[in-house]
Amino acid sequence: MLQIFQLYVFILAGFVGFIVIQRVPPLLHTPLMSATNAISGISLVGAIVAAGGQYGKLATILGFIAVVCAATNVVAGFLITDRMLAMFKGEKAGNAKEQADKKAEAAK
Amino acid sequence: MSVLASLFAAIPVPAAETLGGPLTTRDWIVQGAYLAASILFILGLRSLTKPTQARLGMQQAAFGMLFAVIGTLLHSGIITYTWIIAGLILGALIGYPMAMKVAMTSMPQFVAFSHAFGAIAATLVGVVEYRHAFEMVNGVMPGMNHGIAFAVGFEVLFGALTVTGSFMAFGKLQELITGRPITFPGQNAFNITLIAVALLSLGVLTYDPTQAWAFYTVLGLGLFLGVSMVLPIGGGDMPVVISLLNSYAGLAASATGFAIGNNVLIIAGALEGAGGFILSIIMSKAMNRSFANIIFGAFGSAPSAAAKAGGPVKEPKTITSEDAATQLAYAGSVVIVPGYGMAVAQAQHTCRELHELIQKKGGQVTYAIHPVAGRMPGHLNVILSEAGIDYGALLTDVDDANRVLQTADVAVIIGANDIVNPDAEEDKSSPLFGMPIFRPWTAKTVFVVKRGKGTGFSGVENPLFTKDNTLMIYGDAKGVLGNLVKEIKALDEGH
Repeated sequence: MLQIFQLYVFILAGFVGFIVIQRVPPLLHTPLMSATNAISGISLVGAIVAAGGQYGKLATILGFIAVVCAATNVVAGFLITDRMLAMFKGEKAGNAKEQADKKAEAAK
Repeated sequence: MSVLASLFAAIPVPAAETLGGPLTTRDWIVQGAYLAASILFILGLRSLTKPTQARLGMQQAAFGMLFAVIGTLLHSGIITYTWIIAGLILGALIGYPMAMKVAMTSMPQFVAFSHAFGAIAATLVGVVEYRHAFEMVNGVMPGMNHGIAFAVGFEVLFGALTVTGSFMAFGKLQELITGRPITFPGQNAFNITLIAVALLSLGVLTYDPTQAWAFYTVLGLGLFLGVSMVLPIGGGDMPVVISLLNSYAGLAASATGFAIGNNVLIIAGALEGAGGFILSIIMSKAMNRSFANIIFGAFGSAPSAAAKAGGPVKEPKTITSEDAATQLAYAGSVVIVPGYGMAVAQAQHTCRELHELIQKKGGQVTYAIHPVAGRMPGHLNVILSEAGIDYGALLTDVDDANRVLQTADVAVIIGANDIVNPDAEEDKSSPLFGMPIFRPWTAKTVFVVKRGKGTGFSGVENPLFTKDNTLMIYGDAKGVLGNLVKEIKALDEGH
């Protein structure tokens, strides 16, 4: 039964993701990828459980490596996304297309 | 067992182990943190639909991640914190300089690297989970059922595949290994056999979770498949590969969530899985190719790429930077079509200088950005934004851009090739045929800035270069643009 509930959560989350992400403009596709990458660093949660759960020495070592990797993924992912998004400036956003449309009409 | 059981206990649905067990206050706090994190992740992704809100939204998503981590640390199953804290600090120390130093042109490599790291974590967690359950009672696994065995197997398969696949992609992008497809006879049959064996092993593991060999076969094949499947894919197809790996990394994270019974992992993984999937579809549409063709097609591996028979080979015409500068200075509308060559040459800042000069002269400058320009989805948008170019000047829709090109005085192609190849529309035998492309030749004049004579990544000849209104300017993009800037400035001084 539990796994059916999990499947529900998975499918609904995927559905929400699909609907939301479909509307992300091509302009922001690179930040989108680094953003989802950062979010999937959520493996960190699993890594923390493995490293801190006292499953034995090997598990702690593997868990520790997993925590390091996932934390790197999270920190680097969110920082680079922020760095990129800070670069997008558009006081005159939309201008290019509008002017081009106007011009095209004038040319007619 | 205690950790698995307590993780299940934290979920407000009756798991077999916890039937009737009431939720503690701590469980409520942990689950509340996870729910908040999930909502913030979704809102963060939604903020990316508008460039003006994106930054704030993603900062909130970062807080969501913090909630999830704090929530996990509060978990009753966590006994020792030493290694966790040490790992978190070390990860932050590695991640911070990495993110702050990386050049925008290297973004694809960076993302590939980051995918690999997340996938290493997911894979290792899978190994720990499996071993933990396996070691419990000599060969019998009370905590392991078929569903969990499948989830753990799926997790290590996709995790391992993403680890090596991402490192391969990284190697190709960084040019540590050749960007050309590496092929050998029977490669596809070989890969398909491997996939079949991996899936079969996954089936065995699901049927009988005690079969440790099946688990390690899945793990090993996953690692091997990542290498052997990325090997035959060319550098120009990297946007698709990176999107696919993005999707796989998400699926691996989601499977981890299934394995340890954690909803926030399932949700975050599903979000990334969906994102990567959508981007893969957009990328393959933009190349008019199917997934199967990209993965098994080894595009451009034939070095000859069918030199077209018949018809004398026309020599492209060239133009000096002085003449080109004059035309640009008096153009009313200029459309720049950048490709990966611009990124490689780091020409974006010089390009902005040129842009501003033309604007000062009364001309209008726009950019036509193809979905697959660069080495990852949307790569050129980031590079031009880095140079301070207003994103309002970036046309990311192929049809919009073609409309603007029709009325443009000058189209300047900088380091792009396949995305402006008329064969995609005119020559049915061309491997590019059917790919949506820009039509710069509809502008009055076309300047092509190119390092030298030769073909693009696909290895296909480009008839655009010999069109009547096309003029070539050979040289490194940065150098050529620098010369154009100098010449336009000289025009002013001459007055």
